[in-house]
Amino acid sequence: MPHERSHIVSSFEQELEQLRAMMVKIGRIVEEQVGLALRAISDHDESAAEEATRLDPEVDELEREVESLVIRLLALRSPMGADLREIVAALKITGDLERIGDYAASIARKAIKAASGDGQISLSGLRSMGRLVKENLGRTVDAVIAHDANQAMEVWHADRGVDEHYVTVFRELVTYMIEDARNIRACTELLFIAKNLERIGDHATNVAERVYYAVTGENLPTTRPRGGSPTRSLGSDEDVG
Amino acid sequence: MTVPETSPVASSRTGRSVPDSGRWRPGRKAMRRQMLDYLATGVSIAAGSLLLLVLVSILWTLLSRGLVGLSWATLTHRMGPPGSGGGLSNAIVGSLLQTGLALLMAAPVGLMCGIYLSEYGRKGNHFASVVRFVADMLMSAPSILIGLFIYQLLVVPFGHFSGFSGAVALAVLALPLIVRTTEDMLRLVPTAMREAGAALGAARWRVILFLCLRSARKGVTTGILLALARMGGETAPLLFTSLGNQTMSTDMTRPMASLPIAIYQYAGASYEDWVQLAWTGALLVTFGVLLINITVRLSSRH
Amino acid sequence: MTSASMSPASPSGREPAQDVALAVRDLNFHYGTHHALHGISLDFPARCVTAMIGPSGCGKSTLLRVFNKIYALYPGQRATGEVMFDGRNILDDSINLDMLRSRIGMVFQKPTPFPMSIYDNIAFGVRLHEKLNRTEMDERVQDVLTRVALWNEVRDRLNAPATGLSGGQQQRLCIARSIATRPEVLLLDEPTSALDPISTARIEELLDELKEEFTIAIVTHNMQQAARCADRVAFFYLGRLVEVDTADRIFTNPREKQTQDYITGRFG
Repeated sequence: MPHERSHIVSSFEQELEQLRAMMVKIGRIVEEQVGLALRAISDHDESAAEEATRLDPEVDELEREVESLVIRLLALRSPMGADLREIVAALKITGDLERIGDYAASIARKAIKAASGDGQISLSGLRSMGRLVKENLGRTVDAVIAHDANQAMEVWHADRGVDEHYVTVFRELVTYMIEDARNIRACTELLFIAKNLERIGDHATNVAERVYYAVTGENLPTTRPRGGSPTRSLGSDEDVG
Repeated sequence: MTVPETSPVASSRTGRSVPDSGRWRPGRKAMRRQMLDYLATGVSIAAGSLLLLVLVSILWTLLSRGLVGLSWATLTHRMGPPGSGGGLSNAIVGSLLQTGLALLMAAPVGLMCGIYLSEYGRKGNHFASVVRFVADMLMSAPSILIGLFIYQLLVVPFGHFSGFSGAVALAVLALPLIVRTTEDMLRLVPTAMREAGAALGAARWRVILFLCLRSARKGVTTGILLALARMGGETAPLLFTSLGNQTMSTDMTRPMASLPIAIYQYAGASYEDWVQLAWTGALLVTFGVLLINITVRLSSRH
Repeated sequence: MTSASMSPASPSGREPAQDVALAVRDLNFHYGTHHALHGISLDFPARCVTAMIGPSGCGKSTLLRVFNKIYALYPGQRATGEVMFDGRNILDDSINLDMLRSRIGMVFQKPTPFPMSIYDNIAFGVRLHEKLNRTEMDERVQDVLTRVALWNEVRDRLNAPATGLSGGQQQRLCIARSIATRPEVLLLDEPTSALDPISTARIEELLDELKEEFTIAIVTHNMQQAARCADRVAFFYLGRLVEVDTADRIFTNPREKQTQDYITGRFG
């Protein structure tokens, strides 16, 4: 979406560049947070967990900066067309990214708690769910940076996979809990982690939708592709598409 | 903020500017410019003062010489032989009659001609450019020439001088003035006014008459009054047309007296009282013109 | 008030809503040898504000000036094609210009108060087309002045010269003058470009009310103004209509790249 021609008012162009730079920064930090949180799960890496939590205020600060820059741009530049879409999208994307950062920090904290269990529980399902979420998030951030509507659309579709993983992990963890009541504490934490990962996926989809709108001016359909809800799928196997 | 403090754009901007120290030191050039400025101002003030001086001295001479002879008798007695206690009454009446008649002839024609040039004869209209050119020529033509022309046209065929031919000569003199001021004043009316009138569905003549002429009325009236002033002071066109007359006459077909002619006749005479009458006449003409000018000023103030 | 087919709308009731007030088809316009408008086709929906935007010299004002045939004042300017208004092509020579202009009013960039009283400014246009007695005229004057929100400001000085009003008041007076002849279409050629922001806001507010009754075509250089006032926006460039759409669409997501470049300020 960056225009081939630059704006007649060069200071406006500079401010837009500044906004884009901030988006890159916040996107990369959140991506790193999620990566750290995943390491905390799989390697029980406490320092990674701490690092993920430590990055949270930084993201909050960046979000506030983006917000004030966006308000400034709206008030002073009266942007139109693609500029307007990009600026408004930036505001909403930052909101989603900030939430993703929060979830990552929360996952990291829970991962340490869950690790105090005896290691009987297989984390493979959760790990692969985490990998998919991280990959999707990475591609989403790439789409934000490159203003790539096609990639945004792909990520949007890919979230279905995350939802499906979530259903599987959910069933897995419930099975562990049924088998042995001592697993309940750790499994509850892991369930929360899985839920948070799923939420991260949702927010990444939101970001993808914003990118798509900012670039094309069109909205993606209101109904997102979803893998079914785990609770309902548990009761009956009907597919909730 | 994520953008570094010194962006390349910002640094290139400061790099372009002249070092501050060199900027405010007055150089030789600046000094010379300042001197030239003083000089030019001085010269124009001097020129203005000179003009004022000339005008004031004329007025002063007029007042000091003319006021002495200004009396009721001067205004009521007709011209007479030297020493008879004559006045200027017939010349005043003659002047009023001839300029009045001339204005009646010149103003309507001049107005309409001005309207034609401004409203219908815009650029590209050859006939209009010819009219405009002739009007300009006529404006700068020597007034004695106009007198001679009317003499050939209206005096020779009838065999005698007449007040009427004098009035015609004056009208010819005033016509180009009225034409050009009317045209210029109408041209000052914004095009938007004409379009706004037309946009309401008003016909063209209505727009011209009620909108254009109305908003230009001050300028147009000024032009007519100035033409009147010009006519009041002209001698040359009257010399060969109305000739002058010692007796009181309101007959336009006969020779007729007028103030400028009276001044012309009396000023060079060797009789003391005639010369005095010439000065008084000049004073009257000047004040008449002044009065018109003041009227113009006052009317254009509203 | 008798005319073959082009009678002004009756004061009381209007005809049932026609969808399109002005329909332009394949319109070409020439200033002498200069081809200023190229094959314009555009509809102006009734009782909507349609804004025309584009860089200077793009032909938007020219198009506006076709609708009341004001260009006919100048020799050498000619329009070909079709502009359908109330079932007739106004470009036909048989169209009675005075009658057309009583039905399609126009307000200009600079306020043009006539050199007469406030009252007469409004009565001038009305008298051209209608014979009203004194009370009817008084009512008409009060009515239109009230509608442009000028009545309270000038009610005590209706006989004062209109040139004594402020710029914003003068422009509202000009709008009042235009609607006093009860036209169906109102053409506005950059009506606020000479006004301060408060006067501009007043005029924009006024447009919002007037569109209940009139079809409004406005030329503006102010895109925010077009965004605020217009239902539909047409973008012109080099004498061609590039794009026409709802204001929302044009200002958030135009189809054409040229429009996009223009509204975002990236015009070369």
